[in-house]
Amino acid sequence: MSQTRRKFINTILGIGGLGSLGAILYPLVSYLIPPKITEAKVNSVKAGKADKFKDNSYKIIKFGREPVILIKTVNGNFKALSATCTHLQCIVQYRKDLKEIWCACHNGLYDLNGKNISGPPPRPLKQYDVKIVKDEIIITR
Amino acid sequence: MGNYFNKIDKWLSDRYELDALKELIMHKKVPVHRHSVWYYMGGVTLFLFTVQVLTGILLLLYYKPGENSSYESVRFIMTHVKFGWLIRSIHSWSANLMILFAFLHMFSVFFSRAYEKPRELTWVTGFLSLAIALAFGFSGYLLPWNQLAFFATKVGTEIVGVVPIIGEPLKVILRGGEDVTGATLSRFFGIHVAVLPLVLTAFLVIHLLFVQKQGMHEPEKFKSLPEEKKKYIPFFPNFVLKDVLLWLVVFDVLLMLAVFLPWELGPKADPFTAAPAGIKPEWYFMFMFQSLKFLPAYILFLEGELVGVLGFGLAGLAWMLFPFIPFKNKPGAKISLQAAIGIFAVIYIIVLTILGYTL
Repeated sequence: MSQTRRKFINTILGIGGLGSLGAILYPLVSYLIPPKITEAKVNSVKAGKADKFKDNSYKIIKFGREPVILIKTVNGNFKALSATCTHLQCIVQYRKDLKEIWCACHNGLYDLNGKNISGPPPRPLKQYDVKIVKDEIIITR
Repeated sequence: MGNYFNKIDKWLSDRYELDALKELIMHKKVPVHRHSVWYYMGGVTLFLFTVQVLTGILLLLYYKPGENSSYESVRFIMTHVKFGWLIRSIHSWSANLMILFAFLHMFSVFFSRAYEKPRELTWVTGFLSLAIALAFGFSGYLLPWNQLAFFATKVGTEIVGVVPIIGEPLKVILRGGEDVTGATLSRFFGIHVAVLPLVLTAFLVIHLLFVQKQGMHEPEKFKSLPEEKKKYIPFFPNFVLKDVLLWLVVFDVLLMLAVFLPWELGPKADPFTAAPAGIKPEWYFMFMFQSLKFLPAYILFLEGELVGVLGFGLAGLAWMLFPFIPFKNKPGAKISLQAAIGIFAVIYIIVLTILGYTL
């Protein structure tokens, strides 16, 4: 009789204990997960005057929260690509000597169309459109 | 003077059972042999940890975490606060030396096979302490919010994200969002000054209690000597005094490094600049960083970095559980399998580190 009573009480205590643990852990874990901050979606940005941009050079542009690399090639063409390396998210740069896009962190290389050509990057860089309107560079998705 | 000590001792002994504590300190003796020098590595690591705690507390007096204040406050410490440059430099150098001595301690324990029964858990707690020390290094590296720190943290947390299933949520929790921002800084600050000190102190206490309780490991050669040829010195006070002497030497070296090679701050972090050429992690992460560099984008159907991260994760786990792995060595073998694994690990770490700095 006393054994079943003991068992019963242990079970109740066990369930209660687990419940309490859950009631403590759930808010704790939820607190650790940062809330999502919604931001207005950016579809285009202005990136300065086209004639002031030297050939064979680059700039990192803020595209909302994302960095975009804007390159003016040796031929004077503009290219805009995501500047976030697809390997481990470092920010890439344009190598004037190689005429290619390079990530300093792990030696990844991309061509000017964003294609990953050597090193660890697993995917190409996303391309953006560049338009010149009245000498103003406009980058759009 | 001695009389006063005796009185205090008696006063305390009348109220508390001090004999057990005295026994714990006094019973231990330290073997004297050709490789005794390695017994000091753990003590030096412990000493450097106390230097870290003290200089860390001093830095806290002026450091202000935040995207717009971290870099500025560290610059303030280095340029306006009297001896601020010295305190920060000591903190950075001591951190590096602490990790160096922890590695020396670990490998000396490994090669003398001191991790074997009955000291398996001493090895495990030691390994976990080293892992926490590395986490200390990683989290502290971000706090000045400079360019190098920013990219190191970006890459480091991205690597966490590579781990299947739990990686991505863990990355977001660590970063305090999708990207490395001021939120990451706040979290790393909390982890660095509250969570890790608490956990490391707990592990160190357990580790030291185990060492004190079980005594020093004796190498095979020493054990096989006849009793009358075995030489020992008492742990307290003889060994402790020698320990303290070495701490003074290490402290001098630390001061020289801090004064003559002060730690730089570099440019402030900017999430919208390219990662600078020649970007490198701290030297103790270099062998892993360099390995990731060598991996191709894909190995079979898996992404290269995933293979790298899983490989290092499994290797670390096996290293921690090394005392529990049953090895069968051939009787006539010149070198044991354990030693061969250890030598491979050391060579791998050294070669990849050198390649990281030269390629």
